[in-house]
Amino acid sequence: MTSNSLPMDALSEMPESAEATKPSINKPAPAVTTSSNGRELTPFAQMIVRQLNKLQKGSPVASGEYYGQPGAGDSRIIALFSTLFFIGLWALVTETGMVRPLFLPSPVDVVARMVDITLDGFSGATLGQHLAASLGRIFGSFALACLIGIPLGVAIGCSRVMRGIFDPLIEFYRPLPPLAYLPLVIIWMGIDESSKIMLIFLAMLAPVVLSARAGVSSVKIEQIQVAYSMGASRRQVVTQVILHGALPDILTGMRIAIGFGWTTLVAAEMVAAERGIGFMVLNASEFLVTDVVIAGIVIIGVIAYLFDMLMRYMETKLVPWKGQI
Amino acid sequence: MNKLKIHDVSVVYPAAQGGDPVTALNEVNLTIEQGDLVVALGASGCGKTTLLNLIAGFIRPTDGYLTLGDSRIEGYPRVAVGLDIGDEVTGPGADRGVVFQKHALLPWLNVIENTEFGLKLQGVDKQERRERAAKFLKLVGLEDFHQHKIYQLSGGMQQRVGIARALTNDPQMLLLDEPLGALDALTRESLQELLLDVWRETHKMMFFITHDVDEALLLATRLIVMSPRPGRITHEFELNFNQQFLETRNARQVKSSPEFIAMREKILAIIHGDEIAA
Repeated sequence: MTSNSLPMDALSEMPESAEATKPSINKPAPAVTTSSNGRELTPFAQMIVRQLNKLQKGSPVASGEYYGQPGAGDSRIIALFSTLFFIGLWALVTETGMVRPLFLPSPVDVVARMVDITLDGFSGATLGQHLAASLGRIFGSFALACLIGIPLGVAIGCSRVMRGIFDPLIEFYRPLPPLAYLPLVIIWMGIDESSKIMLIFLAMLAPVVLSARAGVSSVKIEQIQVAYSMGASRRQVVTQVILHGALPDILTGMRIAIGFGWTTLVAAEMVAAERGIGFMVLNASEFLVTDVVIAGIVIIGVIAYLFDMLMRYMETKLVPWKGQI
Repeated sequence: MNKLKIHDVSVVYPAAQGGDPVTALNEVNLTIEQGDLVVALGASGCGKTTLLNLIAGFIRPTDGYLTLGDSRIEGYPRVAVGLDIGDEVTGPGADRGVVFQKHALLPWLNVIENTEFGLKLQGVDKQERRERAAKFLKLVGLEDFHQHKIYQLSGGMQQRVGIARALTNDPQMLLLDEPLGALDALTRESLQELLLDVWRETHKMMFFITHDVDEALLLATRLIVMSPRPGRITHEFELNFNQQFLETRNARQVKSSPEFIAMREKILAIIHGDEIAA
């Protein structure tokens, strides 16, 4: 805008609002900062107005993003509001008595009960002890599933012999619901910890194996060919090219596996458990203690979500090239 | 001195469902000797890439055979389970470096790690392989990009890393499958000159695929023109435009000489004839 060739008086003659009214290619449209009665809006209210504007008009392409990319942009603020909205709705229908506490206790009651079972416990153990038992089972099984599943999946992907041996086995058991083979696992392994870990492990193994295998086949053949043409042995191709190239898919498989683990946890803790968050929920539901059931569900959900966020963070650190190349 | 011999080689791809078998190459004969820069030119589907894959050892001939020095290139692994099949039969190996049109670099390694990858595979110690990789990165003009991630580079820079990687590994023979096809005109010319310099210095055998007639004429010591359905070599020319280019360092001058223009017309007539026939 400012040009040295313009005399100073010419500059001063320009209308003051020119800067504001002229559409600028660099700046987004000016944000609304005052309400209709002229009062300055608080920063929070300004943010609301901005969000509503965006929803109504769409937003310009942010730097570093492409026009037309489906679902582009930050959704965190919207996510925050949707979460608050549903909690608010929950509070509304319960506090006003529209829904009886037996069916849905209020959020306040659930939080109070959470504090209660943290301090005094429920069905023979405190919340911490229940959690510790379940987390031990989940992550014990997870470690086992990764230790066995990743090498197995890579081997199945790399070798026709391994694929021949293990493919039918895994494809056969994969679609079975864990509840269907739970009795068998108990008959074989007894009712102590090992059968619980086995059940969760089996539920987690299939997604880990299949994703590792898919990761192997996603490695570009040119990368493998170039490695051979630089003198790589088969072993080197596997360890230095295929394993790295399969890593994005392996991490995705690990995320899916943890999800399967939580799903199976309740089934695993159905039989002869004395502790565990799944056991706590089952026990509470038998006695119609709905607030404990909901507390348990919320806790499982929050932990699973946090772990998923950790895995996604690890993805950005371990495979920053994912989707880039 | 080693030479590559391709003897009556045919490649037939098995029939796809409901189709006929495809003869990708039909009775091809070609000898590449030390110091040859062979450029293969032809319409798409003429079997150029199949020929390169054969030499690299990625595929096997259906008929005929290829030899490099004393060993037959058959697409075998170098070491089969429990027994070293020795030097007589070989698959892909470090003696034949490959550069593809799309870079095929490893995105989990940075630029210098990619460049030294072949030496690392062969167990060269870090100090030495860093030095050799750095030398070739300087040659392709990427001395300031050692630590960059592959996906942070432009397409032209990625391709230059691919070329530096192949050169660092010091193969007897370079196989280049349209290596400059996706590059802008300026980068392309500077890399053509670079490849010619490397070729003159090292006298490596080179097998270079392109569909750019100017590029083919400028680089080749021997130009083979291939024809599709079935893929075969129809014409072969001995050229020396690359000598003129290396002397004058002026690509435009070479390309505007009457001999060059006449040759280009001749080649284009051959290729267009193919297209009209097809």
